[in-house]
Amino acid sequence: MANEPVILQMRSITKEFPGVKALSDVSLSVKAGEIHAICGENGAGKSTLMKVLSGVYPHGTYSGEIVYQGEVQEFKDIRASEHAGIVIIHQELALIPELSIMENIFLGNEPAKRGVIDWKEARRRSIDLMARVGLTEDPDTPIKEIGVGKQQLVEIAKALNKSVKLLILDEPTAALNESDSQHLLDLILGLKGRGITSIIISHKLNEIEQVADSITIIRDGKSIETLDVKADGVDEDRIIKGMVGRTLESRFPDHTPHIGEVLFEVKDWTVQHPTVPDRLVCKGSNFFVRKGEIVGFAGLMGAGRTELARSIFGHSYGKFISGQTFMHGKEVKMHTVAQAIDAGLGYVTEDRKSLGLNLLDDIKTTTVSAGLKKITKGLVVDVNREYQVAEEYRKSLRTKTPSVDEGVAKLSGGNQQKVVLAKWMFTDPELLILDEPTRGIDVGAKYEIYGIIQRLANQGKGVIVISSELPELLGLSDRIYTIFEGAITGVLDKEEATQESLMKLMTQSRKRVA
Amino acid sequence: MDALKKLFGGNTRQFGMIFALVALIILFQILTGGLTLTPDNVINLFNGNSYILILAIGMVLVIIAGHIDLSVGSIAAAVGIIVAITMRDWHLPTWVGIIFGLAIGAAIGVWQGFWVAYVGIPAFIVTLAGMLIFRGVNQFIGQSNTVPVPQDFQYIGAGYLPEIGPDTGYNNLTLLIGVLGAAFVVYSELRSRREAKQLGAEVPELWVTVTKVVLICAAILYATYLFATGRPGTSFPIPGIILGVLVLIYGFVSAKTIIGRHIYAVGGNRHAAELSGVQSKRVNFLVMMNMAILSALAGMVFVGRSTASGPFDGTGWELDAIAAVFIGGAAVTGGVGTVIGSIVGGLVMAVLNNGLQLLGIGADRTAIIKGLVLLAAVAFDVYNKSQGRRSIIGLLMRNGSNRAVPAQPDETTKTSEVLAKEA
Repeated sequence: MANEPVILQMRSITKEFPGVKALSDVSLSVKAGEIHAICGENGAGKSTLMKVLSGVYPHGTYSGEIVYQGEVQEFKDIRASEHAGIVIIHQELALIPELSIMENIFLGNEPAKRGVIDWKEARRRSIDLMARVGLTEDPDTPIKEIGVGKQQLVEIAKALNKSVKLLILDEPTAALNESDSQHLLDLILGLKGRGITSIIISHKLNEIEQVADSITIIRDGKSIETLDVKADGVDEDRIIKGMVGRTLESRFPDHTPHIGEVLFEVKDWTVQHPTVPDRLVCKGSNFFVRKGEIVGFAGLMGAGRTELARSIFGHSYGKFISGQTFMHGKEVKMHTVAQAIDAGLGYVTEDRKSLGLNLLDDIKTTTVSAGLKKITKGLVVDVNREYQVAEEYRKSLRTKTPSVDEGVAKLSGGNQQKVVLAKWMFTDPELLILDEPTRGIDVGAKYEIYGIIQRLANQGKGVIVISSELPELLGLSDRIYTIFEGAITGVLDKEEATQESLMKLMTQSRKRVA
Repeated sequence: MDALKKLFGGNTRQFGMIFALVALIILFQILTGGLTLTPDNVINLFNGNSYILILAIGMVLVIIAGHIDLSVGSIAAAVGIIVAITMRDWHLPTWVGIIFGLAIGAAIGVWQGFWVAYVGIPAFIVTLAGMLIFRGVNQFIGQSNTVPVPQDFQYIGAGYLPEIGPDTGYNNLTLLIGVLGAAFVVYSELRSRREAKQLGAEVPELWVTVTKVVLICAAILYATYLFATGRPGTSFPIPGIILGVLVLIYGFVSAKTIIGRHIYAVGGNRHAAELSGVQSKRVNFLVMMNMAILSALAGMVFVGRSTASGPFDGTGWELDAIAAVFIGGAAVTGGVGTVIGSIVGGLVMAVLNNGLQLLGIGADRTAIIKGLVLLAAVAFDVYNKSQGRRSIIGLLMRNGSNRAVPAQPDETTKTSEVLAKEA
């Protein structure tokens, strides 16, 4: 194994920001033709390391050296690293929605003769590149019309066009559903077969276990260890142990549910797509949540889970057609978000940055933003009360921040999510809907979030958890509904639910639940 | 340097624009050989810019909410001519005229707010249309003539506080306002210290508070002295009073009320705000309507000062108001800005204008310098933000709280420790 050539070596990389040492003496060694995973909690320094490698942080702003293909490299920008065949695909895709697949593939790299783009050549090459990543769309299709999974493939096609030798993928499957993720992982394995080396950063440890040849673990800005997946017999628990520094007995806190009577019920809920008439996003859904119960909603991406939640939450999505909502057996009408909040609902969105937070705000104003009335006397918002409330939640949820005056944009994903949770807990809802509550959050913080969710249930609140990660739903929920194409296809109790049984219900419309 | 830092909340840059204003005043005071800080000039400066500052108050709210309003000058002109003509022809008393003018402003605001908030047309387009429409309204109704307003009405634009009480050689009411203002500063500073102590947050050292209060009070009392010792018959101008009241009200509303919070929330992230129960359409509607009402007020103040309403009143005001807001630290993308900041921004422009005029520099070169100052101020702010620092005065006094940030970071729990605790 030692005689396999090493394509990349990063030696003693140290990168400091004012006041923070983001990377301290990190070393990374990647063999040619392998898939090398980098694991670590959010904020451990994975992305910083990749930014150093790809020239986002140019040579001279860090110490240590990068040896790539046997030569010491001093990239001064991304262009320089791309020229050397290192291409990074960021978590937030860098595609332009209005432009076509073809235009995006060649963006910044257009085949041209004297400044005039040769579209014939571009089309020929893009069809070839698209075939290599398994895309069968018309190259003229605008990016906005294809799903996130396919957009990811376009990114890879774009990288292939740059004759990539080392492909870096930052959380490539974070926004993808299971089948798209699998397709992407297969593609990465296929690229490996053709001699392309990949570095993959992911929180989804099962995927890493599945595709990676070796794993480097980073913790608190230091490289902890490099594992050889096959030789060392690495499994998820082993990776987690490296990431948090100790063995994690359980990924879910222990919890004994205390389930009471029915709290919230939805009957015959039907909603139309906001812009496409005749397309129903919710088809006569019926479900209920009991006091103290954690109810999971499973479904593939686009199945209509978020649409269902948001349309119930004050009709904030789609066009309402029919349906009734009951709280404590009495019908409640929720035509606006304000009414839904008054009725005792809270909704934590799946898209924290664009729908959940005002990134200009600080922690304390965010914490009270959905419950301003509670700290207002007459016309005046009581800023002292606001500070106290924010402090209470900071302490009880263990939000990591020097002060509640800090801007939310500066927090890590897990801590931002805690602030969002605090915001809804402050409104004291009876039913809290959590849409992908642990997306983009590292393992340790996930465990904490699970604990908070269970605490809320213990207080007698109803909790709905929507998640794409089945193990999370299985570990957390007392009951799980499955949704397929806008319709509820089944409901399983904790005891009878397995990944297989859920998947079956999620992928085919069976008998409707009465 | 350390002392300065403590005095101004750890980040001297945040106060950059106030320093710039003070520096500018001192510079012109020296260059003009003492002409800048004479009672007459200061009164003149206030009167000549009060309507722009009134507009800046409304404009900063519009810009925080993520919009822009290009129609303010035209609305001011349209309201001015309507009020002037109705007062002439119907012989309305002044106060009825003013209320009538504000009502017209509100009606125009309903019109523009409807298109922006409920139809969803960008404010840039709606108010560009409004700019044409209401300029046309002004010239159509006034037949492009200048219409004078009665003596009474001129009071709101060119009046002064009356002389009352014993003859002290100063204007007594002006003195009273100055002393009350200084007392208010002392009181609120002491109150915020006490509250910070109660909350257990770190209280700034006593000398810091004392120095700060002394500096602010000195500035207030010096201004009072200038206003109270002008030519006989002049004192603190009425437009200044109107402006002061508006600054207090809007400063309070934007920082401490629910609607104020909602304006920042909608401008910062409209979708997040909506999902928190904010009715963003209503917020946008109110913000646009409020702007039109303040435009009407500014128009009437200007008519009062110039004794007549003309066909070209208010041309270019929108740009002056927008410039004031951006110099004052607001962000083009919305969500950031303060009323106080915009007033400071407006004063920077006003002092610049006035000083250059006193120096005998022509309008051509004045325009070039003002343009460069606007660009430089915003560029400096953008540069600061790109360096990861907070916007200079964008966040200044945003919540009106002087609470000091606890000095040492709180116990930051590591995930692994949490796990250890819970396991």
